[in-house]
Amino acid sequence: MPNSPMTPGIVANRLPEDRLQENFSDLHPPLDAHEAAVAADRCYFCHDAPCMTACPTSIDIPLFIREIQTGRPDAAARTILEQNILGGMCARVCPTETLCEEVCVREVAEGKPVEIGRLQRYATDVVMAANDHPFERGAPTGKHVAVVGAGPAGLACAHRLAMYGHEVTIMDARPRPGGLNEYGIAAYKTTGGFAAAEVDWLLKIGGITVENGKKLGRDFSLQDLARTHDAVFLAIGLAGVNDLGTPGEDKDNVLDAVDFIADLRQARDLSALPVGRDIVVIGGGMTAVDAAVQSKLLGALNVAMVYRRGRERMSASEYEQDLAASKGVHIIYNAQPVAVHGNGAVREVEFEYTVEEDGKLKGTGETFRLKADQVFKAIGQRLDGAPEGLKIEGGKIAVSGAGRTGLAGVWAGGDCASGGDDLTVTGVAQGRDAAEDIHRALLA
Amino acid sequence: MADLTTTFAGIKSPNPFWLASAPPTDKEYNVRRAFEAGWGGVVWKTLGEDGPPVVNVNGPRYGAIWGADRRLLGLNNIELITDRPLDVNLREIKAVKRDYPDRAMVVSLMVPCEEDAWKRILPRVEETGADGIELNFGCPHGMAERGMGSAVGQVPEYIEMVTRWCKQNTRMPVIVKLTPNITDIRYPARAAHRGGADAVSLINTINSITSVNLDLMAPEPTIDGKGTHGGYCGPAVKPIALNMVAEIARDADTAGLPISAIGGITTWRDAAEFIALGAGNAQVCTAVMTYGFKIVEEMIAGLSLWMDEQGYASIDDFAGRAVPNVTDWQYLNLNYVTKARINQELCIKCGRCFAACEDTSHQAISMSEDRVFDVKDDECVACNLCVNVCPVEDCITMEELAPGTLDERTGQKVPAEAADWTVHPNNPSAAAAE
Repeated sequence: MPNSPMTPGIVANRLPEDRLQENFSDLHPPLDAHEAAVAADRCYFCHDAPCMTACPTSIDIPLFIREIQTGRPDAAARTILEQNILGGMCARVCPTETLCEEVCVREVAEGKPVEIGRLQRYATDVVMAANDHPFERGAPTGKHVAVVGAGPAGLACAHRLAMYGHEVTIMDARPRPGGLNEYGIAAYKTTGGFAAAEVDWLLKIGGITVENGKKLGRDFSLQDLARTHDAVFLAIGLAGVNDLGTPGEDKDNVLDAVDFIADLRQARDLSALPVGRDIVVIGGGMTAVDAAVQSKLLGALNVAMVYRRGRERMSASEYEQDLAASKGVHIIYNAQPVAVHGNGAVREVEFEYTVEEDGKLKGTGETFRLKADQVFKAIGQRLDGAPEGLKIEGGKIAVSGAGRTGLAGVWAGGDCASGGDDLTVTGVAQGRDAAEDIHRALLA
Repeated sequence: MADLTTTFAGIKSPNPFWLASAPPTDKEYNVRRAFEAGWGGVVWKTLGEDGPPVVNVNGPRYGAIWGADRRLLGLNNIELITDRPLDVNLREIKAVKRDYPDRAMVVSLMVPCEEDAWKRILPRVEETGADGIELNFGCPHGMAERGMGSAVGQVPEYIEMVTRWCKQNTRMPVIVKLTPNITDIRYPARAAHRGGADAVSLINTINSITSVNLDLMAPEPTIDGKGTHGGYCGPAVKPIALNMVAEIARDADTAGLPISAIGGITTWRDAAEFIALGAGNAQVCTAVMTYGFKIVEEMIAGLSLWMDEQGYASIDDFAGRAVPNVTDWQYLNLNYVTKARINQELCIKCGRCFAACEDTSHQAISMSEDRVFDVKDDECVACNLCVNVCPVEDCITMEELAPGTLDERTGQKVPAEAADWTVHPNNPSAAAAE
């Protein structure tokens, strides 16, 4: 007898195979050629377009949309990829509702922006489907750059360096490259093994070697790298997960949301993936939403997402919150965890309501309990394993300019570096810009 | 409720919307359905001489251009006149006219430029009970190569001659359909008038190649690797048709000659515009070929409501009302000064006005850091380009400077009295201002 959402405990196989497939299919199905033409026709080709300014990688959006309009999605893809080599992934995962599409003049005027994200996907899918890599490696310079971390920042940096003819070695602690594109991010945003395919496509430029399973601080040191390479780019992300600091946090089945998401992304068979019946997700960011929604889609009966502040303070966008609500996630605002109860394993989480006064969060004293057989913590990640000798600022590696760390020959970018906003697209921009700076330094 | 009935060249119809001579009016089946849908009249697709009918190509007959969302803007065709036997067409015309006596039934004709040919066909058409004939001097493709269609329409003497033959050999009103493929539409119109035409209809289609197939290196529509010029019609040709209708309406020689307007009429508003420019009714083709017969309901309702709103009781109440306001450039008032005004509340900050003015016009729009766009009155020549490229209707408008106001561009005060080029000091042949 198969399980159902009602089955108690943490079990696999809560939903039939076809339901799972449907639940984890593309959140935004690709546009077909006609839909793309119609969507592209809505673009006004603004002068000094606000969308372009809002894009962390400064993609020339009106230009690529016009290229789609005129029947050259391949030219559009080139326009995108020149600025953002992971334009395919960004088309899928960018919170466009808070970036380009938020400032689209049609959003401002009509509440309905040009569908920039989906158009970007349409264009990039064309070159990916043709397995066409429109960039060539520059003539070898004899310089060798080490990149630590094969996530968006590391990959973008490596690709740009390869374009200039530098040799690049990327070291990554995980078994597969891609970073959060591969291990983070909800599965329904990047279906069909796209993250891995995009990495393979990116590496087609040549001159980039990826070494997986090699962890900074365990398998090699920054000093080693700096000695054996002409430059080092650190893009190690945020490997640590913040604790709740709540009594009972150590009980069984109180887990890090990022691990749950990574397991889900790596699962070959979703029906074999166990999930609780009553889930509590603690946090208010994208990771919390991804964990909550995916629990629900796997067949959890009750999923609550609890955030300690009000809705307007939540870092997950309104769109993401609505998505969670539409999938049946119950979002509770203004409640902070005060205790995790259970005998060995979690059975309930106790929360206290909060109010925010002058920016300070205060418990009201009123508490309530939520039944839980699985708890996912998603209250933020932190820098973990940063090498000695680097200046840390606000919990991140301090950088100035295009990722300069202050140590000669060492740059940093992506989530591990100060100044970003922990988005894929920001990581790409920082990796690319650091590569430009490294290139200038190597030629100097 | 406005009265939409019209009497055009003596032909009555319940509304001014006729179907033009074209594929939609090629046979009884279509025309009956058109009348059921509410069309006021039809011009039956052009009949040729008795004998073996013409043949059409068996590959594509139409080519097109599109706007956003594949909205059809222009259509061209290489179809010939009816390819059905003459007696079949005549029998069907008679049957339909008998069943719809209140609708206008006009028959389009095209036979060789010999009087006998016209003498043979005219009585047979008359026998059907049809209300009138339209002489097809317009088709620019195929038939023109055989000395008919626009080959006649491009020679005013032939127009006059054939029109006269028809007037002499039939009691039916004669409408002469004009080709726009000439340099000055007034010459063929005057020729028709001299020949005794009861009316003219225009425009027929425009010689065109809609596109080139870059794989085949051949024009579209392509027939076995080759293409030919076809007749262009649809919304894209409306401005050309409006001008030609106006030219005839305001020409002293042809003033008062009834005009049946054709050329991209798609909505009630298009029809109203043509009627305001002097047309007596409106013929439609491409719009029904795109959307079907039903659009006449929108046309009747829209025109009727607009007329009620304006207080026009009948079509004649507004027909030709815009004609006196069509003039030559030299009579435009050069002392009329306007400046562009941007409504900041409506502005969506796309910056298209700025790009257009800065790159291609008079550098008369400024852009601030926070994307506020303003008109520089000392540079603005009131060209209207910003109005035309702005995606928001009424966001940018042209505001008239009152007489006595300083025009910052010229440093002069706007004169109270009108003055045109004929009296301008820069005009070498200007009449001296007394």
